[in-house]
Formats: sequence, C-alpha cells, structure tokens
Amino acid sequence: MKKRAQSLVSIQGMCFTAGGLDILHDINMQVLPGDFISIIGPNGGGKTTLLRLILGLIKPTRGSILVNGDNPRSTRTPVGYVPQHVNHNLSFPVTSLDVVLMGLFNPARRGRFRNTTEEKDRAHAILDKMGIADCADRKIKALSGGQRQRVLIARALISEPELLVLDEPTASIDTKGRTDFYELLKTLNEELTILMVSHDLMIVSSYAKSIVCLNRCMHYHQSFSSSKDVIDAYHSCSVEEVCPLGVVSENQV
Amino acid sequence: MIEALGFGFMQNALLAGLLASVICGVIGSYIVVNRLVFLSGGIAHSAYGGIGMAFYFGWPYLISAAGFSLAISMVMAAVSLRNRERADTIIGVMWAIGMATGILLLDMTPGYNVDLMTYLFGNILMVPVSDIVAMIVMVAVICSVMFYFHGDLLIMSYDEEFAQVRGVPVRLLYFLMIGLVAVTVVLMVQVVGLILVIALLTIPPYIAEKYTNSLYQMMFLSTILGMIFILGGLWWSYTHDLTSGASIIFIAGFGFCLSLIIDRLINLRRKKVWERAHEISTPR
Repeated sequence: MKKRAQSLVSIQGMCFTAGGLDILHDINMQVLPGDFISIIGPNGGGKTTLLRLILGLIKPTRGSILVNGDNPRSTRTPVGYVPQHVNHNLSFPVTSLDVVLMGLFNPARRGRFRNTTEEKDRAHAILDKMGIADCADRKIKALSGGQRQRVLIARALISEPELLVLDEPTASIDTKGRTDFYELLKTLNEELTILMVSHDLMIVSSYAKSIVCLNRCMHYHQSFSSSKDVIDAYHSCSVEEVCPLGVVSENQV
Repeated sequence: MIEALGFGFMQNALLAGLLASVICGVIGSYIVVNRLVFLSGGIAHSAYGGIGMAFYFGWPYLISAAGFSLAISMVMAAVSLRNRERADTIIGVMWAIGMATGILLLDMTPGYNVDLMTYLFGNILMVPVSDIVAMIVMVAVICSVMFYFHGDLLIMSYDEEFAQVRGVPVRLLYFLMIGLVAVTVVLMVQVVGLILVIALLTIPPYIAEKYTNSLYQMMFLSTILGMIFILGGLWWSYTHDLTSGASIIFIAGFGFCLSLIIDRLINLRRKKVWERAHEISTPR
C-alpha cells in the first residue's frame, strides 16, 4: 500500500503484561517519518503503556520495539516527550526559559554548569515559535495551563527530535485552546513526526493523518472522512474489538 | 556577646552553625522540591535506633547513628519507589519502630544514664571538634555531588518522568539523594536534635522558594536564612540561658510566620495597585 520508508518506530509482535494482566497483546505498528498518528481507546486500553514502552521507560514482556533502528533506552534516541500533567510541581522555583533548557540535558555533558548564550538564544527562539516569548522569564507558577503546555512542548522540541510523543496533551486546555493547539501541531508536523494519545475524537479526525484504536489489541485506521467514522471506530474497539472499517492489519502497511 | 566569642565552645558553635546552614540550605532545598519532608522526618526519628545501638554495643556514636540511618533510609527509598501510594504508611511504621528500638536498647544498656534530651533537642554549644570535621567533609561531599550531577538532579526534581526519558539515572540518584539526607540528619542531631532537624531542613527552603527563580538561588537564599536563624537562636539562647536547639527553631518559626505576613502584605499592595489602576481607567 505505502512505500516502505525507514520507519521511526517499529513494533513487532509486542506483548506487555503487568501483574498477570494482559495490558497489550500482539501489537504491530510502524511509525513512518511525517506521520501524524493519534491513539484513541478506552481507559485501561493501554495507551499510556504503549507510549511508555516507546519512550523506553518500561520494557516489553515479549516482542520488540525499535526506535530509529535502535533500542528505545539508548539516550541518542531523537524522541521529544510531552507529559500529560502540566500542573505538577508548580511551586518549583524555575522560569520558563530554564524549563526549556532542561530539554537540552545530556548525560555526556555532566559537570558543565552554565548554558551557553547560543543555547539560551535557541530556547528563546523556540519559545517565540510557540508564541510565548514574553513568558520566558516568568516562573512557571505564574503561567496559565495553556502556556505551561507550550513551555513543555518547547522543552521537547529544543533537542530537535524527529518524533514528538504527546500523552493526552489537551487534558487541561479549554475548547478554543484545543483548536489552537492542534493547529500548532499541524504546523509542527511539517517538520517532524507526531504520535499522540487523545480523547478529542471530534477534533482529532480533522488533524491526525491516521488513527490507532487501542484496546489491548491494536486496530489501525488510515484516514477518516468524518468524525462519525472516528466514533464508530472507537466504539467498535471498546465493545467488540472488531473494526468495521475493514482496515489494514498492520503487516500490510 | 562579643566577649563570648573568646570561648572555644562558642567558636565551635558558630562554626558548626555556619556549616549546618550550608548543609541544610542545599539538602533542605532538594527535600522541599522533591516532597521528601515526611521521609526525612522518618529517617530523623528512626536514627534514634542508631543512637541506642551506639550505647548498647559501645560503638562510636557518629558511625553507628550514620550507619543505622543510612540502612533504614535505603529501605525507605526502596519502599517509596515500589509502592508510591502507601509509602507514607510504611515510612510511618519504620519511623516508630526505629524510635522504639532506640529506647529499648537504651533501657537495656547497663548503667545507662545518658541525657536523652541532648539527642532529642541537641546542644550546639557542646559540638565536639570531630563533628565539625565531619561536617566539613559533608559540605565537601554535598558540593561535589551537586556540581557533578546538577543537571540530573534539577531535571529529576522538576519532572522525574522526563528525566528518565532524557537518560538521567533516576533510581540511582534517588538513593543517593536519600542517603545524603540520612547523613545530613545525623550530623544535624548535635546542632538542633532529632525532633527539630526537620524544621531547619524545611523552613529556610520553604521561605526561599517563594522569592527565587531557580533552584540554586533557592539554595543560596536558604543558606543565608539558615545562618540568620542559627546565629540568632544561638545569641538568644546565650543571653537568656535557653536551650539552644529550641531557640534556633523558634527563631526559624518566627521567620516563617514573618514570611507569611510579608506575602500577605505584598498581595494586599498588588490588590491596591490594581484597584487604583481600575479607578483611573473607569471614571464614574
């Protein structure tokens, strides 16, 4: 169907179990450069677990995951991560600029105490791109939820990743903020690959290029014509685990 | 007060106080931003078991207490990593068992007649030179660990999951940090005692956190605040013949309340400015 490019993430026959429960079963998935994939599925369907596996935070019980042809644990992996919770550790004494600079951390450069002017300029430039240049010197406590979200994306982007992984990024943003946010992702998608978990079924259909339904097993949907299709797919997954849209078991992709 | 500086014990006390404020400023900041206050309280109180062992077996105090609290802190760290939701319960249990062990061992020590109060409330005026040497070593250790791992510790304190993604050895550093807390607590016992050490570890960083923009500024300001509290408490206890540990903590507590009042005043002022601005822009 699609020409085989060098895939960014390649998952084969992967299972993950915790405490005897089958959380993910026989997952096959390829993320190709330029993809904008949204993962949807019911609570407990294993969405966050899949992201954690791709990030190398946990190891698969069976099967394999390769990120850019490499073990996800290797620190050279060009993956940027935006966590679900933006309102955590708010009292921490840190400015937005310093949070962004944290994204440059590299264990190989331990012992260097200060960030160079060039790195600070880069952080400023990325904050500017996110539209929050004026927040650079403000403490994170003094920002709104949406601004904090952008700071966290900037933190993920400063290391110039090829793949951006987001876990329910819009959980703490209002409706207007969500649309803005997806527009932003769309712009970012011109340069990098995006993989995210989202519950915004309606919006997702008009932004994501393909959708993955995850409820223990995985169902892959190439594209959607309307949000109704998304909802159908969503319900089919959670109720019967069958895909009516007749799509593509992953090994054909 | 000036003539008091001529006494050897007073010079030792001042030196110990200054070293203590550096240690508390740095370690206390990590404790506050990582929300380890309860865990540190558990370590401080269970250190009493180590003191009991020192007397019962006749081991040297500093080594015995430090070894015991290091061991117990490693168990607490492992528990809190494994079972995060109920970690506080288990820490509370170990806190009580550690203290009970200490008391039982002291009961069983033949001819026991040590003044318990010294360990519970400390006495900065009786800090031996060996403790000051140990504190200097500790300051050196803390500073070198902090300089080497500053990036790791900063990212990990702010966002543990992200730190893991970026390749920070989170588990290892968590154990290292808690180990440093354990040794710190034991060293502070001489200055303010087991019960009050938590106040000295948390009050200066808590105040500093609100007025600073980075972790290092926070550490610096809390060190300065710690110095003010310790020296103030020392002076107060000397002039009025009071228990030094309690005086230091009382001064720190006073500073804590003062900071809350200052916060209030700042907020009120901001509100006033806002109200005035709105009166001008909306003429009646």
